Amino acid sequence: MSVTTNAPISESPATGVKWAIPERYKVFLQQGMVLLVVVLLAIFFTIMRPNFASWSNISSLLLASVVTGVQALGLSFVIATGGIDLTPGLGMAATSVFAALLIADEGLGLPIWVGIIGGIAAGALLGLINGSLIAYLKMQPMIATLAMMMVCWGAALVMAGGKTVSLRSIAGYDQIAIGQLIPSVPNGVIILILLAIVAGIVMNKTAVGRYALAIGSNKEATRISGVNTPRWEVLAYIICGVFTGISGILMSSRLSAAQPTLGQGYEMYAIAAAVIGGTSLRGGRASIFGAVIGAVTIQTIFNGLTVMGVQDQWQKVVLGVVVLVAVFVDIMRRGGKEE
Amino acid sequence: MTVIETNIGSRPEGAAGEVLLEAIGVSKVFPGVRALNEVDFTVRGGEVHALVGENGAGKSTLMKIFAGLYQPDGGEIRLRGEPITLPNPLSAHHCGISVIHQEFFLMNHLTVAQNIFIGREPKLAGGILNDDRAINQKASELLDRLGVEIDPRVHVGRLTVAQQQMVEIAKALSFNSSVLIMDEPTAALTATEVDTLFRIIDKFITPKTAVVYISHRMEEIKKISTSVTVLRDGELVATQPSSELTIHDIIQLMVGRQIASDIRPEPRVATSAALEVESLSTAKLLKEVSFTLEKGEILGFAGLMGAGRTETARALIGADPKTAGTVRISGEVVRIGHPGDAVRLGIGYLSEDRKRYGLILRQDVAANTVLASISEFTKYGILQDAAMRVAAEKWAKALSTKTPSVRQQVRNLSGGNQQKVVLAKWLQRDCDILIFDEPTRGIDVGAKQEIYDLLNRLTKEEGKSIIMISSEMEEVLRMSDRIVVMCDGRITGVLDNAEATQERIMELATRFDPTETPNEA
Repeated sequence: MSVTTNAPISESPATGVKWAIPERYKVFLQQGMVLLVVVLLAIFFTIMRPNFASWSNISSLLLASVVTGVQALGLSFVIATGGIDLTPGLGMAATSVFAALLIADEGLGLPIWVGIIGGIAAGALLGLINGSLIAYLKMQPMIATLAMMMVCWGAALVMAGGKTVSLRSIAGYDQIAIGQLIPSVPNGVIILILLAIVAGIVMNKTAVGRYALAIGSNKEATRISGVNTPRWEVLAYIICGVFTGISGILMSSRLSAAQPTLGQGYEMYAIAAAVIGGTSLRGGRASIFGAVIGAVTIQTIFNGLTVMGVQDQWQKVVLGVVVLVAVFVDIMRRGGKEE
Repeated sequence: MTVIETNIGSRPEGAAGEVLLEAIGVSKVFPGVRALNEVDFTVRGGEVHALVGENGAGKSTLMKIFAGLYQPDGGEIRLRGEPITLPNPLSAHHCGISVIHQEFFLMNHLTVAQNIFIGREPKLAGGILNDDRAINQKASELLDRLGVEIDPRVHVGRLTVAQQQMVEIAKALSFNSSVLIMDEPTAALTATEVDTLFRIIDKFITPKTAVVYISHRMEEIKKISTSVTVLRDGELVATQPSSELTIHDIIQLMVGRQIASDIRPEPRVATSAALEVESLSTAKLLKEVSFTLEKGEILGFAGLMGAGRTETARALIGADPKTAGTVRISGEVVRIGHPGDAVRLGIGYLSEDRKRYGLILRQDVAANTVLASISEFTKYGILQDAAMRVAAEKWAKALSTKTPSVRQQVRNLSGGNQQKVVLAKWLQRDCDILIFDEPTRGIDVGAKQEIYDLLNRLTKEEGKSIIMISSEMEEVLRMSDRIVVMCDGRITGVLDNAEATQERIMELATRFDPTETPNEA
C-alpha cells in the first residue's frame, strides 16, 4: 500500500478537520495496482512462453474470464452489504440446467429466448430465497448460502437426471458466448463489458448501490435513517442471483451443453475476483471495474501456469495464496482496525 | 419495597476498623475530560461504604482503577498502608479486591463451580484432567458460607440474575477478597432479592473485610451503608457516616455545584401539541411513559444512566419493539412500526452514539446528508450527484459545518461537525420533530455553544419541536422549556423550567419506588 495512507492523520486546529486521501482515489490506486500486477504477470508469462501473447490465447483467456467476471459483478452487490453468497458456482449449474431443459430437444424444445429468460428468472428466484433467509429470517449469510449451494447442486443433478444436457442441436445457442459480432472478439467478452457498465451504473448511480454500501458500512445508522434495510439487502441478493443466471447461460452456450456438476469452486473464483479488485469483505466498499480486472487476473494466472505446464492442482494452491494476499491487503488498507 | 432488615446496627459505624484500601490524591484524565481530580477515598474494615454521584461524577472511573482496568494519572493506591499498583484485573484479584460489575463476567454454558474456579481448577493426579468433584465440593462450601442454596453443578445460564450475582460474590470469596466493590448491584433485582443480597453482604462483612457499594438508590444506601462518599465532576465532595446524612443531604451534596452560567430560557407561551405519547412501554424497561411535546418547544429529558430516556426515543421511532403505547402527531394517532415510519412522519433521531447510529463514516458529507431523502435526488432511477452536492453545501453553509468540501468523508470531521451532518440529514428530510440524544457529548466547549444556538434557532425561527435528552444538569436547565425526569423506566415528574432546580431533578431522578417518596428532611 502507499505510504501516505499509513501516515498519521494531522488535525488542523483552525478548521477541526482531519486531512486524508479521499476514498475514491484510494480505490483508483488499488485498481491501478491490480492492473499493473496483471500486466507484469502477462509480461512474465510472455517471456517464459512467447505463445502466451498470441491473440488466440488472449482471446480464449478473456472468454474464460467471462463466467467468473459476471458472477463477481453480481457478488459485488452482496459483499457491499457486508454479506456473502456462496451460490454463484452451483447456482450456475442449476440455472443452466433449468434453462437448457426449457430449450433442449430432450426437454421442452422452447425458443432460445425463453431459455435465457428462464435461466435468469431462476437465478433471481435463487437470490430472492437467499436474501429472504438472510434479511428476514436473520440467518448467517455464510451458512444460509452454503446450504442453498447444496440445494442447487442437488436440484441440478435431479433436473438433469445426473447427466449432461446437450445443446449442440440448438442452432445459434453457442453464438451467445463464442460468436463474434466484432471480429476476433468473442461475444461473451462484449457481454461482460456491457454488464460491467450496467452494474457500475447501478452500484454508483442509483439508490440500490448507495443503500447497499450504506448497509455494509453501518446498517443500524441506515435503518435509523428510515431506510427499509431488509428490502434492499434482499435486492442485493437478487441482483447476485440474476448475474448467476446470466453466467449459467454464458457457460452452457460456451460448452453447448449444461453440466449439472460444473460450477463447484466457481464461487471461490468469483469471491477472489471481487476481493482482488478491491471490494472489501467487511462491506461498505465495492468496485465493479475491479471485479472484472480481478476475474481477468485469475484467468491470467491459470492460463499462464497452464501454458508453462504447471499442473492444475498447483494452480489452485497459487490462487488460494493470491486470495489470502488480497484479503491481507484489504485488512492493511483498513489499518488493521475495526471502525 | 419491602422493609429490609439487616443487623447493621450491630456493627460499629463509620471510621472504626483498620484501613484496608485507600486512594490518595488519585487523578485520571481522558482526552478532554478530567474524570477524577485528586480524589481521596478510604475503605476500612467492617464498613459498607456507599459511593454516590451523578452520571460522570467519576464513580465508575474510580472503581475501574481499583479493578486494575484503568491506571491513575496521579496519586497512589494503598492496601493496608502499603502503596500498590494494579496493572491488570488479575493483580487486583491477588490484592484481594474483587469487583462485581453490572454486567457479570460469567460463562453461561459452564457450571457454577466451573465459573467460580475458572483458570485455577484443581487437577487430578497427573495434572491434566480437571477434578470436577473437588471444585463442586469447594463451590458448595463457598455458597454455604454465603447461605445461598445453589447447586454448583447447574449451568450458570439457567440461574436468575440474582443467583448469578451470588455466584460472582462466591467467586470473590474464593479469592479471599477483603474488599468487594459492587456497581449498582440491585439494578436488576426484585425487592425480595435485594433483601437476600443485603443478608449476603452482612455475611461477607467481618472486621477485616469491606464492601464498596455504588448506587443511585438512596433508600438502599441509607439502609445498607455505614458511610457515604459523594463525588461530583471528578472531585471528592464529602465522606461522612451514613447516620449523619439524610437522603436530602446526599442529593444536595451530589448536585450542589455552582452552575457557571445561570442562563435559563425565556418563559414561553404554551402551544398546541406536536407529539403526544401515551403509555409507551417496552418488555425490558419502559413502563407507561406518557408525555406531550409542544410545537416550538425544547422538552428536556433528564435522568440517570439507565433511566430509560434513550430507550423511550428508540421505542418511539420504532427502532426497538414496544409492547404498548399510542403516539399522536398534531392530534392524529399514527402507527410507527419501524424507523421508516418515523422518518415519513417527520421525526428525526440524533443518537448519542453518532458513529454507530447516525453516520456512514466511510461515506462523504453529501451522501450522509441525503441518506434519508434519496428519492428526492433520483431522476429515472439515477442519482443526481450535482443536486446532492448542492443540497449538502446548502446545509453545510446554513449550519456552518466546517469541512473542506462536501466530498470529505465524515469520519474526518470533528464531533461537532459530525453532529451537524446528522442534523442536516433530518433537515433535508424536512423533519419537524427532532430528538437530540446527548447533543453535546464528545463536543468541545466552543462547539457546544454553537449547538445550543442552533437548537434555539430551530425552535424559535424554524418552528421545530425538540426533545433533548441530556445527562448534563446545566444543559438541561439552560435549554429546556420543560423538563421530563425519568427513573427506572418511568416518568417521575415533569417540571416547568421556572420551578426546576438541580435538587428537584435529582430527587425525581432517584425516585426508584413509586410507593415511597424520599423523605425531605
